[in-house]
Amino acid sequence: MKVLALESSGLVAGVAIMEDDVLVAEYTTDYKKTHSQTLLPMLAEISRMVELDLKTVDVIGVAAGPGSFTGLRIGSATAKGLGLALQRPIAAIPTLDALAYNLYGCRRLICPLMDARRGQVYTGLYRFAPENGSDRLRTLMPQCALSVDALIEKINGLGEEVIFLGDGVPVYRKQLDDKIQTPCGYAPAGHNRQRAASVAALAVSCAVRGELVSAADFAPEYLRLSQAERVRQEAQKAQKEGAQTGETP
Amino acid sequence: MADVKNQEEVLILGIETSCDETAAAVVRNGRQALSNVIYSQIDLHTVYGGVVPEIASRKHIEKINQVIQKALEDAGTTLEQITAVAVTCGPGLVGALLVGVAEAKAIAFASGKPLVGVHHIEGHICANYLEDKELEPPFLCLVVSGGHSHLVMVHDYGAYEILGQTRDDAAGEAFDKVARAIGLGYPGGPKIDRVSCEGNQEAIAFPRAKLEDSVYDFSFSGLKSAVLNYLHDCERKGIKVCQADVAASFQKAVVDVLTEHSLRAIEQYRVKKFAIAGGVASNAHLRAALQEACAKRGVAFYRPAPILCTDNAAMIGAAGYYEYQKGVRHGWDLNAVPGLKLGERI
Repeated sequence: MKVLALESSGLVAGVAIMEDDVLVAEYTTDYKKTHSQTLLPMLAEISRMVELDLKTVDVIGVAAGPGSFTGLRIGSATAKGLGLALQRPIAAIPTLDALAYNLYGCRRLICPLMDARRGQVYTGLYRFAPENGSDRLRTLMPQCALSVDALIEKINGLGEEVIFLGDGVPVYRKQLDDKIQTPCGYAPAGHNRQRAASVAALAVSCAVRGELVSAADFAPEYLRLSQAERVRQEAQKAQKEGAQTGETP
Repeated sequence: MADVKNQEEVLILGIETSCDETAAAVVRNGRQALSNVIYSQIDLHTVYGGVVPEIASRKHIEKINQVIQKALEDAGTTLEQITAVAVTCGPGLVGALLVGVAEAKAIAFASGKPLVGVHHIEGHICANYLEDKELEPPFLCLVVSGGHSHLVMVHDYGAYEILGQTRDDAAGEAFDKVARAIGLGYPGGPKIDRVSCEGNQEAIAFPRAKLEDSVYDFSFSGLKSAVLNYLHDCERKGIKVCQADVAASFQKAVVDVLTEHSLRAIEQYRVKKFAIAGGVASNAHLRAALQEACAKRGVAFYRPAPILCTDNAAMIGAAGYYEYQKGVRHGWDLNAVPGLKLGERI
């Protein structure tokens, strides 16, 4: 099975081509250019380099969120356009699952962090468990948007050794160092940012399980409403509560 | 739907996502829309009183493949039969534009087709080529929409000279703001157009802005403020406001300014052909006023059907065709340029 994978959920732009258990090509940049300027040129470059016949691609894997709204949409629209033209389905890979997968074989609790702004991180808790001679990624806490304090409390409650990774680490490093009460570490460069190869590997598993979505139906998972929707919901909620209070005799 | 077996012809798949319409179309030789699919998000934005960029961008992602597939189906074509992919790359809402640009690039890349980035306003102007197969440059074009007000001399295909543009609000923006103020809601253009039919357009004397340093430039914010001041004044004095009269008088002021500027340019540049474009070009009163003014002066008047005035992708296919014929090809690094100027090339 041949998978073409895209990662543009954060600052990293990444593309990968994976055939069964071989990573045929991977191209990662973490540079100031926008994903709109990097992602497709990178894909074109590795496709040329490994003489990829796009028609032989079976599945398009994409980091499906959360992440930067714009970044997610560039990756998603690229995946959907490829899917439309090649008539291939999409494997929608949760961004935090793919980040955690960077630390394959790790025996510690894995906590990927992405800076979600507004005092929150996109995060999740994972562990690799041996299964039939290889490791399987198990999700202890599915990806979500959480305040850093709430996350720290959760990890302290579990009381296990933990390793952090992701672009949220530099932002919240001091807070983590100060408040995490369990032994903790941080993943090094090369492992600590999004990688298209991890998206590709998880996409292969997805395809094997038949968990694919049509290119037409695919949309990213933002884990957050737009600001306008949030403000409107809060206003409606306040109005409702006000009305209820008013009715109380 | 149409015979597309002739291999000589150029079929452009146009894609447009610059604001709140997700649109795709197939255009033959720049002049015939074989399909023109528009998914309008307007209902989603109405509750917010205007387009919310993040909501628009999210909706584009959800709908874009269906819209493109429908455009290909309606045209009776397959992607293989398409000659090139054209996409709006600016101006517009950056998040919204990026969806169309990324999608178009991926489709062009995966199907081995050339990619052509198109200017949204040039698209609006080129809608006239779809409406009238005989129209050829040079001609003068008034482009009026929610985001733009331009008076443009079209010297040749893809060769534009801006004679005047708005200094503040676009014409359509003024319609939206006034509609909101008099309780008509969003979108303002069609609602004011309709309500005005029942009002007296001479009821209230609203100002027509003149800019001494540039006779072709527009300014609508003063007019908008005059309407708001009038409403406040009535409220203060306890006078009941006639919605239809305010709408009609406001609309008359806008139409007068647009007509006067257009006529001045028609006379100064000895123009024989005059076209209109953009969402506000659907306004029945504006169309009637310009039609009459042109008829009096023996100037040929061109106006696209309303479906080609609103944001659509057929116009992008038409503009893309002329760019393609000139040899324009964009690379896989094509980016969205929200502030792209008319005539600017990237």
